[in-house]
Amino acid sequence: MGFYVVQALTGLASASALFLAAAGLSIIFGVTRIVNFAHGVFYMLGAYMAWTLTSQFGDSVLGFWLALIVASLSIGVVGLLVELTVLRRIYQAPELFQLTATFGVFLILQDVTLAIWGPEDLLGPRAPMLDGSVTVLGHPLPSYDLALIVLGPLVLAGLWFLFYRTRWGALVRAATEDREMLGALGVNQRLLFSTVFFLGTALAAFGGAAQLPKGGADLLMGLNILASVFVVVVVGGMGSIPGAFLAALLIAQLNAFGILIFPQGTLVLMFLVMAVVLVIRPKGLLGKAEGASRIESRALIEAAYPAPGVWERSFWALAIAALALLPLAGDAFALVLTKDILLFVLLAASLHFLLGPGGLVSFGHAAFFGCGAYAAALLVTYAESSMVLALLLAPLLAGCVAIIVGWFCVRLSGVYFAMLTLAFAQVLWSIVFQWTSVTGGDDGLLGVWPDTWANDDTVFYYLVTVLAIGGILLLRQAVHSPFGFATRAGRDSMLRAEALGLHVKQVQHVAMVFAGALAGLAGALYAFSKGSAFPDYMGIEMSFDSLIAVMLGGVQSLLGPLFGAGLFSWAAHELSTLSYWRGILGLLIVVLVLAFPRGLAGIPAAFRAARERLA
Amino acid sequence: MTGKRVGLTGLLLAGVMAAGSFAQAAEPIRIGDINSYQRMPAFTEPYKKGLMLAVEEINAAGGIDGRPIEVISRDDDGKPGTAVRLADELFVKEEVALITGSFFSHVGLALASYAGQKERLYLAAEPLADALVWEKGNRYTFRLRPSTYMQAAMLAEEAAKTDAVRWATIAPNYAYGKDAVAAFQTVLTQLKPEVEFVGEQWPALFKIDAGAEVQALQRVEPDGIYNVTFGSDLAKFVREGELRGLFEDRVVASLLTGEPEYLDPLRDEAPDDWIVTGYPWEQIDTPEHNAFVEAYQARWDDYPRVGSIVGYNTMLVIIGTLKEAGSTDTEDLVEAMSGLQVDTPLGPVLMRDIDNQSTMGAYVGRTAVKDGKGVMVDWRYAPGENYLPKDDTVRARRPQN
Repeated sequence: MGFYVVQALTGLASASALFLAAAGLSIIFGVTRIVNFAHGVFYMLGAYMAWTLTSQFGDSVLGFWLALIVASLSIGVVGLLVELTVLRRIYQAPELFQLTATFGVFLILQDVTLAIWGPEDLLGPRAPMLDGSVTVLGHPLPSYDLALIVLGPLVLAGLWFLFYRTRWGALVRAATEDREMLGALGVNQRLLFSTVFFLGTALAAFGGAAQLPKGGADLLMGLNILASVFVVVVVGGMGSIPGAFLAALLIAQLNAFGILIFPQGTLVLMFLVMAVVLVIRPKGLLGKAEGASRIESRALIEAAYPAPGVWERSFWALAIAALALLPLAGDAFALVLTKDILLFVLLAASLHFLLGPGGLVSFGHAAFFGCGAYAAALLVTYAESSMVLALLLAPLLAGCVAIIVGWFCVRLSGVYFAMLTLAFAQVLWSIVFQWTSVTGGDDGLLGVWPDTWANDDTVFYYLVTVLAIGGILLLRQAVHSPFGFATRAGRDSMLRAEALGLHVKQVQHVAMVFAGALAGLAGALYAFSKGSAFPDYMGIEMSFDSLIAVMLGGVQSLLGPLFGAGLFSWAAHELSTLSYWRGILGLLIVVLVLAFPRGLAGIPAAFRAARERLA
Repeated sequence: MTGKRVGLTGLLLAGVMAAGSFAQAAEPIRIGDINSYQRMPAFTEPYKKGLMLAVEEINAAGGIDGRPIEVISRDDDGKPGTAVRLADELFVKEEVALITGSFFSHVGLALASYAGQKERLYLAAEPLADALVWEKGNRYTFRLRPSTYMQAAMLAEEAAKTDAVRWATIAPNYAYGKDAVAAFQTVLTQLKPEVEFVGEQWPALFKIDAGAEVQALQRVEPDGIYNVTFGSDLAKFVREGELRGLFEDRVVASLLTGEPEYLDPLRDEAPDDWIVTGYPWEQIDTPEHNAFVEAYQARWDDYPRVGSIVGYNTMLVIIGTLKEAGSTDTEDLVEAMSGLQVDTPLGPVLMRDIDNQSTMGAYVGRTAVKDGKGVMVDWRYAPGENYLPKDDTVRARRPQN
């Protein structure tokens, strides 16, 4: 009995820690609608800053807790600076565009942390007076766990007071409900956003600082917490603080008891919970329907994608000619790099078909890329299939997976759709990761090389080029086809589209399968190009990289995402010889985002506007 | 004006270079190095420093037949796909003789597959996966560092000497953790058939819920605990375990925990009396090792980690191979590296021709806390050749052609 009580208390402490980390994200999203990738890095900075301060002043009880608070507030100021210098300038851009900026900020601050505190893990200080353990029904429990168990609800109560008993809180709640109306009533939204961002960041930092006595500070903690806090916020219902608390409680307790029964379940449990909750309650545990429908309608601008003009046709002619002649240039590595870039561009183009014409923001698109790669690799490994057969079957198999995933996902919309795609991607990832006897686990499947006839670098380059360009042209053909018009109709006005007899959910489902199959083609080619399939081909990072590439290029255009993906993968390769190259890449992203809030595709318009101003 | 100055400087530079090429008529030998420098700086920076120290020493001594060694480094970002592209870049564009490096096992495996396919030489420095030289091994892939199996076998040998019979294991939930647990179970059961394994925990890598995992281990009441967690997971596990009394009166065997990379961040909370593999660099007192430590500290103003000695030995093996081969042709290099013996600061190391695994060993001992930091005590050097399975077993696990 005592064992289970202590296990439950341990779960409570983890729940509090998780809630502290997630609360700020929920607040920021609720008000500003920003999907804040940088949240994890603020969490990490909070831990580092608190580590520095507690090593100076952390010997007394007062000093320790003051150090934690001062650290959180100072990181809050960093968050405020980010809001003022970066985010404030792009509130007018389509809402999901801001996640690109926060991704850039994430990369920059990650390297800043490395530069300041160095690469070695830092061991967290113990909390004075709470450095021992107490005995509960015969079992020891760290006394700091008790502090955490109190701290979570305390912060929850504090936030409740702030939101329901102050004028500022009333304004924040109003902004969560209806931002335009609040603005029309003369409330200074800028100030409101800035204060909200400050509070959210400070809370993230406090979450990081508060877990110091449980471990320490390290450079991976920001990235590692990110998925967890997104899950907590979504399971709870975006923007709902009590929901986040409930979700943290649910996940932490399931984890605490789950590992007793099924110790291998640690990778997948959280995402299974999210998938189940979202399938049963599409708005999360305590999420409100109104808030979400607003997100949906405002998520992306309603781009029309005019039929290609003479400029665009000549661009394609030139591009194809250049790609065809490239092997004559005699630079063998250029072929390798171009091949990799083309495959990433195809992945991005297939994602853009969902994002742009479909209005479906997928956070888990790499799942299909990975499925294609694994389908090919499994066929080669177990059925000794030829490359041609594998390349034919892989997109079909990826499409089949998309049929299943899509069936669940299209019931949802907006950010909940995005998070459910992420959940499925993670579940697929953990299947591949865990099922070692078949998939090789994270050691991957090796020896997936092209057939002898295509083994030559130039031949394989042409194969990739033809298939990738073919896939991209097929996607753009689809945009201009009746099917493409139907997806756009569903995106722009679901009610009208349904009244016209379109089965919008079905159209979206087909769009997902189509995009998934083409991502699968890219994945299969990638597997043959690298000779292997690994779980990280379908990992979160791959999904987000492709998402960033599309956003960077500009959702409202068809060519933009292609350039975005090309630039992204080319820059990542070229910069990688520099030290701190990820930070530099982040800086490049932020600069581009600020200069061209409509993505690379907005550059011509930006120049036209500038010329008109001059004239 | 500026143009003229540039012109003059250019002329000067050209002159200097011409003079240089007279003095040093030979082209440098280029070596490609691929590693996760940005993702895992705590491990890969010491590696690079060790590698470069050996390069500077050989170049100062006149290089190889007058040709200096030039290392071209690339960052794989921890991604196997990227690593394979970089391998292409290094071989095709930079024309390196061979590639080395890599930290993560899956990146190492991807490069091994590449090496086998393209018939290019890859010397894996740090990745631990057994499959790298066994199930997925090939003629063109060699590995320096003692593998997961070897280090687990070293611990199992020590663990068998204790009274512990009931064992529980905790390992990160990925290939390295699974390999490490499987190898430990195999070897310990061979040495001491009465042992039983009563529980296993598999926390997600770097996402351990330490309190709950410690409780789960408590519940099965083991005599001994075998730990494979490392890095931030280890810090959390140690702290929770201490607070909850998990380690009291229990034998703990812990993989890699004695390496400075993992032991030093724990400072005065380093675990007491655990059986570990590691690298007690400050206590090793042989002329070869003292010379290495002295040179390393003089060059980098820092102390060596395991990564440093692995990097240094990697370059010694490469230098030995180049000297033996007398050319930079891949087939000559493979022939030369296979069966090569090199004297390193840790003693002689043989690149076994049976599986391309080196016999570089590790240090096995117990942990203790002295002067506010973790150290290894009662340690000994465990030569790698003693901890490899019988040749028949190796042949059965490695594709033979």
